[in-house]
Amino acid sequence: MTISAERPTDVVASISAPPPSAASSWTQRPGWLSQHLGTAIVGAVLGYVLGHWFGNFVSSSYPYIANSGQNAIADALGLSVGVLGWLLGIGALNYPLAKMIGREGGEEPAVEGWSKYFRYSLDHKTVGMQYIVGVLLFMFTGGLLAMAIRTELLNPTTHVFSPDTYIKIVSEHGTIMMMMATSIIVGPLGNYLVPLMIGARRMAFPRIEAFSFWIFVAGYMVIFSALPFGGFPTGWTGYAPLQTQAGPGMVSYLLGFAVIGLGMMAAGFNIAVTIINYRAPGMTWSRLPIFVWSILATAALLTLATPVLFAGGLFGLLDKTIQTSFYVTEHGGSSYLWQNLFWFFGHPEVYIMALPGFGIVGEIMPVFTRKPLFAYKVAAAGMIGVALLSFFVWQHHLFQSGINPDMRPLFMLTTELISIPTGFIFLVGMGTLYKAKIRYEVPMLFCMALFFNFLIGGVTGVFLSDVPVNVTVHGGFFVLSHFHYTIMGGLLFAFMAGLYFWLPKMTGRMMNSRIGKWHFWTMFIFFNLTFFPMFVIGLLGQPRRVFTYASNLQGLNDFSSVSAFLLGISFLIFFANLMWSMFISPVKAPANPWDSLGLEWQTANPVPPYNFERIPVIMTDPYRYSEPGAPAFADMGDGLTQSSSTTSSDQA
Amino acid sequence: MAAENSKGEVNDLRRMTMIWVVLSVVADLLFWFLVGPHVPPGRMTETAVNNQRTFNVLLVIALPVLIGVWVYLGYAATMWSAKREGVAESVGGEGARTNRKVQVWWIALTSVIVIFLAGYGTFAVIAEHGSGGGEGPNPVWSPSGATQAETAALSGSSSWTPGHVLVVQVIGQQWKFTYRYPSFGGFESDKLVLPVNTEIAFNVTSLDVIHSFWAYQLSVKADANPQLNNVAYTETKHTGNFTVRCSELCGLWHGSMYNFGKVVSSTDFMNWASTTQSANAANTANLPPFAWTYVPDANGASGGWYPDGTVTPYSTVETYGSKTPAS
Ligand SMILES: [Cu+2]
Repeated sequence: MTISAERPTDVVASISAPPPSAASSWTQRPGWLSQHLGTAIVGAVLGYVLGHWFGNFVSSSYPYIANSGQNAIADALGLSVGVLGWLLGIGALNYPLAKMIGREGGEEPAVEGWSKYFRYSLDHKTVGMQYIVGVLLFMFTGGLLAMAIRTELLNPTTHVFSPDTYIKIVSEHGTIMMMMATSIIVGPLGNYLVPLMIGARRMAFPRIEAFSFWIFVAGYMVIFSALPFGGFPTGWTGYAPLQTQAGPGMVSYLLGFAVIGLGMMAAGFNIAVTIINYRAPGMTWSRLPIFVWSILATAALLTLATPVLFAGGLFGLLDKTIQTSFYVTEHGGSSYLWQNLFWFFGHPEVYIMALPGFGIVGEIMPVFTRKPLFAYKVAAAGMIGVALLSFFVWQHHLFQSGINPDMRPLFMLTTELISIPTGFIFLVGMGTLYKAKIRYEVPMLFCMALFFNFLIGGVTGVFLSDVPVNVTVHGGFFVLSHFHYTIMGGLLFAFMAGLYFWLPKMTGRMMNSRIGKWHFWTMFIFFNLTFFPMFVIGLLGQPRRVFTYASNLQGLNDFSSVSAFLLGISFLIFFANLMWSMFISPVKAPANPWDSLGLEWQTANPVPPYNFERIPVIMTDPYRYSEPGAPAFADMGDGLTQSSSTTSSDQA
Repeated sequence: MAAENSKGEVNDLRRMTMIWVVLSVVADLLFWFLVGPHVPPGRMTETAVNNQRTFNVLLVIALPVLIGVWVYLGYAATMWSAKREGVAESVGGEGARTNRKVQVWWIALTSVIVIFLAGYGTFAVIAEHGSGGGEGPNPVWSPSGATQAETAALSGSSSWTPGHVLVVQVIGQQWKFTYRYPSFGGFESDKLVLPVNTEIAFNVTSLDVIHSFWAYQLSVKADANPQLNNVAYTETKHTGNFTVRCSELCGLWHGSMYNFGKVVSSTDFMNWASTTQSANAANTANLPPFAWTYVPDANGASGGWYPDGTVTPYSTVETYGSKTPAS
């Protein structure tokens, strides 16, 4: 490979220079009279009241609404206008509205100080931090619901919750967790790190990026509003006709998906465009950090798969409100339509929740092994392969549904084929570990655990994809355990690895490594003790989402429940560590605590508003660890060459 | 230096391979002989036997894969830990970045395993008439005699004698399963009784939302869709009791939507069926004629979603319940 060691002179000047600052607008005006979270909440409440009133006004005289005692039109309009009010309140629409009436929308100078986190910020770093709080809030809510589920399942017959409450808890847990998981890495780490890693000063569309976060929060509130509306009984999969039959909480679910879907499309679109167009000079496709590759593949899936979910949710909403019959078989619709639309989105969604995790381990392992990422091109190809294949497997969720039996061998084949590119990731991980001198810092522990967990998740996925075995395992605890192994065991462990690894960069404070190790070991052990027994529970015949089960399964269920409570405690340890290390007793992080070659560590700390004083020029491959004489990854343009670490011993 | 390196390399790999081979062989043998015969769903039907065998074959392939990765991770974690004394420094450079031979072998090996699994699964699902899964209204893999039995059932001319295919209809509704026997006058029962050594054609439908008929020990699972006949086959092999559970979330009482069935001798079955047929005769007369699907009318199970009396569901199939729409 030829490596240009000379810095081109003409490339630096005009690339993504900071936009000129202009007159301030409401969003960024300092002080509490401007637009911020508070005005957004006021806007949402006013919007909800107005929309609900209007819905009742136009529709309450229709017989089918007057007779049913509930008005889904008013609920849907209330929530929709509420979301609109939220966006107006936070200031998301100032710029587009100004443009629409022919005014020049001003570029707002950023607000300084902590209040920027409560505003419509155009800085990708602020958005990343906002997302961390957002996804942790999501995760905490979903986690509490999970504890409630495991409490109910302590006994096969005695009920802590009524069947009604239980099914609402199960449905809300699944929906909240799935929506959280789509953004848990792309949102916080993707937004924060991608521009830093590709040497860009900002995102391509900062407003769309900010929009994606604030609509994500609105979607969370819409989905959560299902509970005060009486919940919904369908689980996160929302199958029709149960969907059509359900009460007003179903409106929150359908609209919540549509609202979050908007955010997912916006986030994916912005990130994909940024990666394609905003790479620093010299950042060729073969020099792109592997985390950025994973985020690019994920962004493509977000952009291409989510519209199907959006349309699916909208159809359901129309069925519920103005009595169309997209999913009503008696009237020419089809309940298979929902299943097809849902899983056509739903399976790429599964990889939206897996790929960023692969990216994180690929990014972190070279740092702690002091070795280059093994088979970099295979890793990138694996991610692209997974992303492409994920569009061709969705009917494996419908193997027992009665649809298309002759297509089963095809979907079995495509599903099993996806384990080839997924296997690439294992090749890459194991190759990178080979004969390395491995440092076990907390992020590395989480990476190793991902391989352990995801292997179980992946192998059991092959069992599920096999049609004969699927007869036993479909719709039971086996599949439940399988996807918790991939999403929680994979994605969530990767997220933790990423937080421990990059929080020092993002906040300038180290996470406490001693508490971190406690967190890791409790999470790893109790995660496995919670979910491994569920494979057995499923094989022994327990269907998902039940509150009554065979009495001979109580031992295993109790074991799983107790482990789940302890797993919950491991998350409290994490929160304690977060509070301790960030606020109570912060320890200042060194500029490059892990001695990484990554571009994100080379810029100043804290990161200046526009990231790089001068646009860096990428000189060589990433991950040239333990290679004496290798040129620096980037020329930062400050006259100093970035210090290139060569061996594992030169770190403090 | 170079020689020492390559020697160390061989040693590491050889050690790992030896641990892997020993553990894999032991695990596979233990599993196949000790656990395998007891793997769910047991051996009550032909499909159960076959699906158990498929599971076991998959696990025998999966165990060495799992053990291989775990041995590698475990070896790496202990032997190459920076905490261990005398561990060599990491070496970077081209050799650490790629290894064409390893990559080609890895991709070839995973591809062979995957394509074998897909082929084996395809063979199993075709040879086993859908492996007990719901094949929809027009099954592509039917056992012999099934089509004739189904046609006879629908035309009302069905009767059953031992050795022939028995058609049983499964009707799911919130929140119970009932069963109709077209070969015995179409009576409906909440008990599922089956004759042994008989090919059963389950015709699964629903009156309201989607349920899933999961006869666990029979290794049969078929979604019960409203207005759709979902056919699944199995051949009973042993007498005994089995559990039926709903395995698709169907609302409030999904968790208690289960009942029990039994496989009995042909004689016992004939006795039970003819006794029930005459005992239920009065009820049967009030049921809609036997059909593959039933549409609940406006009073029916879909929660009064279309309560407007002018809406009459259009369908060529039978209306279940009151024939006059509510006003
Ligand atoms: Cu059911």
